[in-house]
Amino acid sequence: MNLAVPLSSQLINLFASVILLLAFAMLAQRRVLALINLFALQGLTLALSTLVVAVTTGQTHLYWSAGLTLVLKALLLPWILHRLVRRLEVKGDVESLIKVPTTMLVGIALVIIAFNVALPISQLSNTISRGTLGIALATVMLAFLMMITRSKAIPQVVGFLAMENGLFLAATSATYGMPMVVELGIALDVLVGAIILGVFFFQIREQFDSLDIRHLEKLKER
Amino acid sequence: MNVFGFLGQMFAIALALLLAPLLTGWVNQCRAWLQNRSAPPLLQPYYMLHKLFLKDVVLAHGASPLFRFAPFVVFGCMVLACAIIPTLSTDLPLAPAADTIALVGVFGLARIFIALAAMDVGTSFGTLGGRREMLIGFLAEPALLMVIFTTAMISQSTSVATIVETLAHRDFIIYPSLAFAGIAFTFVSFAENARVPVDNPATHLELTMIHEAMILEYSGRHLALIEWAASLKLYAYSCLGLALFFPWGIAEGDSFLGLLLAIPVLAIKLAIGGALLAGIETINAKVRIFRAPEFLGTAFLFAVLGLLVRLLLEGRV
Repeated sequence: MNLAVPLSSQLINLFASVILLLAFAMLAQRRVLALINLFALQGLTLALSTLVVAVTTGQTHLYWSAGLTLVLKALLLPWILHRLVRRLEVKGDVESLIKVPTTMLVGIALVIIAFNVALPISQLSNTISRGTLGIALATVMLAFLMMITRSKAIPQVVGFLAMENGLFLAATSATYGMPMVVELGIALDVLVGAIILGVFFFQIREQFDSLDIRHLEKLKER
Repeated sequence: MNVFGFLGQMFAIALALLLAPLLTGWVNQCRAWLQNRSAPPLLQPYYMLHKLFLKDVVLAHGASPLFRFAPFVVFGCMVLACAIIPTLSTDLPLAPAADTIALVGVFGLARIFIALAAMDVGTSFGTLGGRREMLIGFLAEPALLMVIFTTAMISQSTSVATIVETLAHRDFIIYPSLAFAGIAFTFVSFAENARVPVDNPATHLELTMIHEAMILEYSGRHLALIEWAASLKLYAYSCLGLALFFPWGIAEGDSFLGLLLAIPVLAIKLAIGGALLAGIETINAKVRIFRAPEFLGTAFLFAVLGLLVRLLLEGRV
């Protein structure tokens, strides 16, 4: 039995599991606003988990990235998305290309694959949070799945942002985070990306009277 | 096995028989308060049982002996389930009789008998209810088994008493897998106890009813036994959930003081659990019957996730 596991490691594992749980909840969620709230919750959990790693290891730059995660992913981006939804007057359910239970089954298969792939990699690492690498990979793949199965633009963007959450978790768990410059760059990228995609939404709707991405598949003029 | 353990076991069964209708009454009362209705008295289920036991039994013409036999089997199964699940102490002489997998089987046996009895008389409502019950059951059972496997992997035993001992009386460890298992167990217990997202316990009049449709033909002491068994099932599921996920307070071994202390702890935990159950029932709408497989499928997936997380995060240290 694992009686010698320190409390901080247990806490990190718990937060990582909550992130995975939220990724699945996002996959199953049919409503846009609830989806954004779940994304905000995932960002909050990510910030908490990073904070625990920072406190345990004493790495100062991790405090910064925890704060950055909190401000950006738990507050600013959800706020921007909420504003977009209000401005675009998106209502009702999110359409999914595959039925939700099928998506969940595919999700379970992805989690199994991710755990198996991550197992040999995480054994090379010697950080206290190495066990969560599989979960981080699973979160990335589940976000990918969400981008693939949703046809509307906003859930796809939420999926893109959730994927970044997974990558961030992977970086924290495998190597105690990336260098500060890289992290700042990625944060800025994500923020600017979300804003540009917001502008895109308006253009897409202007052109097609709908936010359905499938319209973009036809390249010819109507 | 000693005399004290035996007495403790008897006391736990008697407590289950007495407390189960009270728990049902408490949940009904909380539901009424939350829905701005005037609440029935807390002891209403006891009055119901008393009234039904005094009434004569009316049997349908086509009823076979199975129909008369089934309420006793169902009641017996539920009493056995309450005896195996540690409510006050983990020192249960009856615990070796059945482990958690057999416990799921005991619930399954009760389900089969009540569904057969519902189909026995041959009314369309009974048949409909029985079929729906089997649909729910065959989806809920694997999820429940997966939850149990997760806890069994942590304690390396399928005996409920050993699982509770491991979780409650060793060093405190956070098990992320138990979070998944807990959510899955909540889903399953809502479906199994005919609660709101899957079935509405408060109606005889809906075409969507499941549990009530099966027992429409019962009257008198048979109905009393079935109602009592339904209360016992809710009690058993609540106690199993408390034992697996909030086991603190259950006495270890044969200490009399621990047993005395365990009674108020159990009462408080059940009161909080019942209020939460009523709250969740109030904020949720009943789903269509064809959405129930999705609901239970989600429960199964969460249970499998719990198992996977257990293997990845906690398995090798």
